[in-house]
Amino acid sequence: MDTTTLRVLPCGDTGLLVESAGLDDVLALHAALDADRPAGVVDLVPAARTLLLRFDPARTGAVAVERAVREANPVAVARSEGELVEIPVVYDGPDLADVAHHTGLSERDVIAEHTGCEWTVAFGGFAPGFGYLTGGSPRLEVPRRGESRTRVPTGSVALAGTFSGVYPRASPGGWQLIGRTDLVTWDVDRDPPALLRPGVRVRFVEAAGPEATGFEATEPEATGFEGTEPEAAERGEPGPDRTAGGGS
Amino acid sequence: MTDLDVLAPGPLATVQDLGRPGNAGIGVGASGAADRGSLRLANRLVGNEEDAACVEVTFGGFAARTRTPVTIAVTGAPCPVTVDGRGAAPNSVLRLPAGAEIRLAAPVRGLRSYLAVRGGLVVPAVLGSRSTDLLSGLGPQLLRAGDVLPVGPPPAHFPVVDGAPGRPIAADEVTLRVVTGPRDDWFSSRALHALLTEPYTVTSECDRVGVRLDGPELGRASVGELPSEGMVAGALQVPPSGKPTLFLADHPVTGGYPVIAVLVASDVDAAAQLRPGMRVRFAPVRAPGRPAPAAPARTGPHRSGAPSSGTPSSGRSS
Repeated sequence: MDTTTLRVLPCGDTGLLVESAGLDDVLALHAALDADRPAGVVDLVPAARTLLLRFDPARTGAVAVERAVREANPVAVARSEGELVEIPVVYDGPDLADVAHHTGLSERDVIAEHTGCEWTVAFGGFAPGFGYLTGGSPRLEVPRRGESRTRVPTGSVALAGTFSGVYPRASPGGWQLIGRTDLVTWDVDRDPPALLRPGVRVRFVEAAGPEATGFEATEPEATGFEGTEPEAAERGEPGPDRTAGGGS
Repeated sequence: MTDLDVLAPGPLATVQDLGRPGNAGIGVGASGAADRGSLRLANRLVGNEEDAACVEVTFGGFAARTRTPVTIAVTGAPCPVTVDGRGAAPNSVLRLPAGAEIRLAAPVRGLRSYLAVRGGLVVPAVLGSRSTDLLSGLGPQLLRAGDVLPVGPPPAHFPVVDGAPGRPIAADEVTLRVVTGPRDDWFSSRALHALLTEPYTVTSECDRVGVRLDGPELGRASVGELPSEGMVAGALQVPPSGKPTLFLADHPVTGGYPVIAVLVASDVDAAAQLRPGMRVRFAPVRAPGRPAPAAPARTGPHRSGAPSSGTPSSGRSS
């Protein structure tokens, strides 16, 4: 990657958004800047095509941060070195048939593709503990659902675009649900709280679900919002756009 | 141990400090006080470290009783403060005896007031912060009547002043400075012109996550798909409706709609004091380290040659 050709965009007066050709470049740049954090940079937020840098204006400035980005030496991130997590999945998701339809595969083939490759957590973002999993089978590329669900149960295993993910808790969501896991992917009392951190490798394993009663799960609602039910679906996110809720 | 008994939370009261930055990789936002300057001031007044945890009171209505003598300060949205029924001054050091009852009435301007207690609130921290993040559901529960707030040991520093001028808080209209971008090129020049010249109105959808604004629709220059990207407090994100949402402390870590402009960091506190019905104008300033203001600013009458300093200019009040 040639860092001199990256597009660096202002994000207010204390942030820069670096746009690169794709996810691999983002992860390489993120790894380089995370390992050798430029002075005053307080947060790095990698996403599918961008890396957001937030900085403390008392300690650095946009010019210095941009220079650090352009002088970084990104090296391709080896995807085979991270910790490996096995996720047992009962493949009885309500969208499994739709995913089969979209991909032209049988439901069994969808499961075989999903379990047959190693995924890697690229970045987080939607909710605490939600990791965007990449590197899976290209045959599983599917659009988001036309309409978001207001409530996706904890542990739902889902697909959207080329990503897969596990909902760490019940929340609204628009991804295609193909299964569910009992594995707890987020626990604030655990250290680290997130099982699926950037760089962690994931292998899905089909689990027997003889009493697969359970998509109508019974966890409590994800609460704590000031507002009302979110409505607009935010493209690319596993859930709807939770922006401003009700009045306060 | 010093404790504070919550008698009434008002419409919404949470514990806040300066948040938990640096956790975006696991999907956790920074959160923290919506009006950080007011939280810092409250802490400085009582001799705390600036990042000690306080109560963020939304639109007054908060009441608490002391168990031991405590020193407190109330900052942010100016609200009538009473101690055992007698008026007390905001932005000042208040020494309360044991058993005193402090009440914050609805603010005359602004939305969020901060109650600092000398020693800070020492509720359990999550990922290094005691802030309640209402979007991700992290941190302490919303405060309720009957809650007991533990207060930490007094810090080494004593209060050095009896009072301090708070930042002026606007009543009707406020102008907030923005740097256009990062996705201003996704919008028509007419949209940028409208954003930088027309007033927007704060709707009732207004919480710690963000403020939905009503006003001229901001049309796209082209139809496209934006992969989700990192968001910041102060971002003006434009969903397909064309009506911008101004993100505050509990904004999502990433978002999939383009951001047309971002408030300068020092104006985010003023945005956290917006209340429904107020008017907001946006004035462009040059991006730091950039040779010239972003192109669309040239069409707006509010173009300013250089970033200004100080507090945002407020309208008729303050």
